[in-house]
Amino acid sequence: MALKLDQSEFEITRNDEKCIHCEVCVRQCSNDSHQFDADESAVSSKSENCVGCHRCESLCPTGALKISKKEPEFKENYNWSAAHLKNIYKQSDSGGVILTGMGSDKPHTVYWDHLLFNAAQVTNPSIDPLREPMEIKTFIGRKPDKIEMEKKNGDFVLKTKIAPQLELSTPILFSAMSYGSISLNACKSLAVAASSFGTFYNTGEGGLHRDLYQYAGNTIVQVASGRFGVDREYLAKAAAVEIKIGQGAKPGIGGHLPGEKVTDDISSTRMIPEGTDAISPAPHHDIYSIEDLAQLIFALKEATDYAKPVGVKVSAVHNIAPIASGIVRAGADYIAIDGFRGGTGAAPQVIRDNVGIPIELALTAVDQRLREEGIRHRASIIVAGSVRSSSDVIKAIALGADAVYIATAALVSLGCHLCQKCYTGRCNWGIATQDPYLTKRLNPEIGLKRLTGLLRAWSLEIKEMLGGAGINAIESLRGNREHLRGVNLSDRELKILGIKHAGESW
Amino acid sequence: MSGTENIIIKRTKKSDYPDYNIPSGCAVFGILNEEGLLFNGSMVIDGIAMMHDRSNGLGGGFAAYGIYPGFENEWAFHIIYDDESSRKNTEEILNVYFRMVYEEEIPVRKTPQISNIPIIYRYFLKYREGISADGFLDTNPAKDRLGHDGSEENFIADFVMKVNSDIEGAYIISSGKNMGIFKGVGYPEDIGNFFRLDEYKGYLWTSHGRFPTNSVGWWGGAHPFGLLGWSVVHNGEISSYGRNQRFVDSFGYKCSLSTDTEVIAYLFDLLVRKSSIDLELVNMILAAPLWEQIERMPEGDRQLAKTLRILYGGALVNGPFSIIVGSNNFMFALNDRIKLRPMVAAKKENFLFVSSEESAIKKVCSEPETVWHPEGGIPVIGRLKKVKAGSGR
Repeated sequence: MALKLDQSEFEITRNDEKCIHCEVCVRQCSNDSHQFDADESAVSSKSENCVGCHRCESLCPTGALKISKKEPEFKENYNWSAAHLKNIYKQSDSGGVILTGMGSDKPHTVYWDHLLFNAAQVTNPSIDPLREPMEIKTFIGRKPDKIEMEKKNGDFVLKTKIAPQLELSTPILFSAMSYGSISLNACKSLAVAASSFGTFYNTGEGGLHRDLYQYAGNTIVQVASGRFGVDREYLAKAAAVEIKIGQGAKPGIGGHLPGEKVTDDISSTRMIPEGTDAISPAPHHDIYSIEDLAQLIFALKEATDYAKPVGVKVSAVHNIAPIASGIVRAGADYIAIDGFRGGTGAAPQVIRDNVGIPIELALTAVDQRLREEGIRHRASIIVAGSVRSSSDVIKAIALGADAVYIATAALVSLGCHLCQKCYTGRCNWGIATQDPYLTKRLNPEIGLKRLTGLLRAWSLEIKEMLGGAGINAIESLRGNREHLRGVNLSDRELKILGIKHAGESW
Repeated sequence: MSGTENIIIKRTKKSDYPDYNIPSGCAVFGILNEEGLLFNGSMVIDGIAMMHDRSNGLGGGFAAYGIYPGFENEWAFHIIYDDESSRKNTEEILNVYFRMVYEEEIPVRKTPQISNIPIIYRYFLKYREGISADGFLDTNPAKDRLGHDGSEENFIADFVMKVNSDIEGAYIISSGKNMGIFKGVGYPEDIGNFFRLDEYKGYLWTSHGRFPTNSVGWWGGAHPFGLLGWSVVHNGEISSYGRNQRFVDSFGYKCSLSTDTEVIAYLFDLLVRKSSIDLELVNMILAAPLWEQIERMPEGDRQLAKTLRILYGGALVNGPFSIIVGSNNFMFALNDRIKLRPMVAAKKENFLFVSSEESAIKKVCSEPETVWHPEGGIPVIGRLKKVKAGSGR
């Protein structure tokens, strides 16, 4: 059947007057969208291969290329969109699950965009961060119920020994991305940037490459259902350990790194044979309930001499508040909650776009529930999926988060253009690929500069907003929902978010 | 039907106003005699009157310690009622949990400056031990991180918060022993005159003149705020209010009086009484040193300061403030850590003065021995050495 209409989403336009046929585009594209015809001595393009990563357009020395969105050729239909039709054609062809990369691009409500932040006027002076101290240092970890001390010869001596804490210079950490899903150069960029800025990056579930051991003090290692690369040394080369239960982009789903990506280096890092598929099961096979999680938490604490925080990462699902309460009671030092707009290297599209709940609502539900149970101080909350700007960070903190995880934003800083084709392994920006020809495009030294630039810029913006609200320490904003107002939200949404509507005073 | 049976007295009730949080400007003034010498309220009234222009007539008040020596061991409750029915409802409950040793309407001096007067009573109460409060109080231990030890003081604190939030039209404005809070709508000097404070003698007085930035003038909303023996007067607006309120909430404190000053009283009670944190460390929490200052401290101090800050981040009071906290044993004054509100202190003999402006001190003490401007985040603490015997009124 001749059903296969043109599947391409993009149109490559080449300006022949500007094109000098230098073949940069040919070399840059891993999807064969451009070819050089030796007979004609000319470069030409195939729009149907284009994924919209804009690599060629960015690097074309004469600006001859333009990548634009191609209008679908289907008759306009609100209900039966071109995406539905294309998916059905593809699935009928292949009989398979449709894969995708990065976070959902569907127009679900982004609550960050319905929240507005406060500023001080007259009764309360705003504070200029250029003149006055503005503190955003953040600690992640369990806080004791109370403090005990005694007075000896006029000096106070601390008797309470507090649980291990992660000390962050800014309330932003790099979220879990495994070596395998991203390149070693991308991992290095994140590790070096975290260590130079005073924050943390997360190995994801792909083990820890030996080259990254030197950044142990700024490394959070993940223990996921596949247990890839987990051994004594792995736990030793970390500042904290995170048990991964779920990911916002694919709650309830495991992971699968195809054998062709399991190169020599990845095989030794993940501790699996070269060329074999790396499959992370959907559940941990030793965790079938909360008491099993408690056992794993304490097994990891034992293995690390109670010297490192052990956190648990879960995706934001409908019952998130009681789940989080269980996790705190099971002994976790922090909970990372990943919202359903969170990114991924590969996930079934149907899961990514339809399963889970927005992080903003999950965060407020969890914060509220833990407070009601009087256990909020026992664990920090890190939120993820997705935090796109410094204003998202400050809103998350005002809603009750201790810190945020960023991953997509970090990759964008490294050049990602969100073409959502990470799962193909042909990332032209050298990020989500293991092809040495492509990975060498990402220089970790430049990656370091760009990532620290991003952290610095966001931190400055956070300080500006804090000062504007008359606050000079970020802990005074944490859970301080009085500083947020909602716009265009229903009463029920406002209630769940625990905020007032814009126009309502104190 | 005779009209005399239905005389309606027009009073300003809290329910007449929406549930606002009220930021305030204001003047604060406090005097402590460390030897416990009792002196009458004229001095504090004269001082606060000097700062008339810092208030706008929408609230003034005083806290006085040592004024009820005849009832030293009884809980002294001052209660504002919107109407007779709220008084009846409250007294019914008071009688369940307490034996009333003495009660009276607080005597006042009617003056043209003070109008819209609520019903104001005081009670001297003995706690009846062993009566279960389960039906009346929420004694859910999960609501308090420190757990509930069932002490008399915890009961009083819970009882006061419960009445204030749940009994319509009744507000317990002070609930300590041998102390009392007097406050209302008007300039502070007029309120002092109205309550005849010149006839009381105490060893510690604090006072407040209020400049709220909206028109709400509710008697219960004036300062000082009190809980147990604590009283707080406050000049400032707390930008960390939402955070502080949620923090004390996790220890079972309910904020119901629509102002940020209330939360400071609860923070003090939580830190000093319930958590037994030494008074000399309280400023390290309420106005925590900057991280860069902590880094420069010697090892032991650094560890302590860091731990306190990590643990009590929710109790850091942010935004501009100068506060004077009164208690039966001490006076404690503190500025926010970057000193965004004025505060000056002075000493003469056994007297310690703290004021928004030096003018108030100079008015009542012509030649103080020392006058200083406390640094932001550094407290002024005056301790009572002993209580002088003497009659209260």
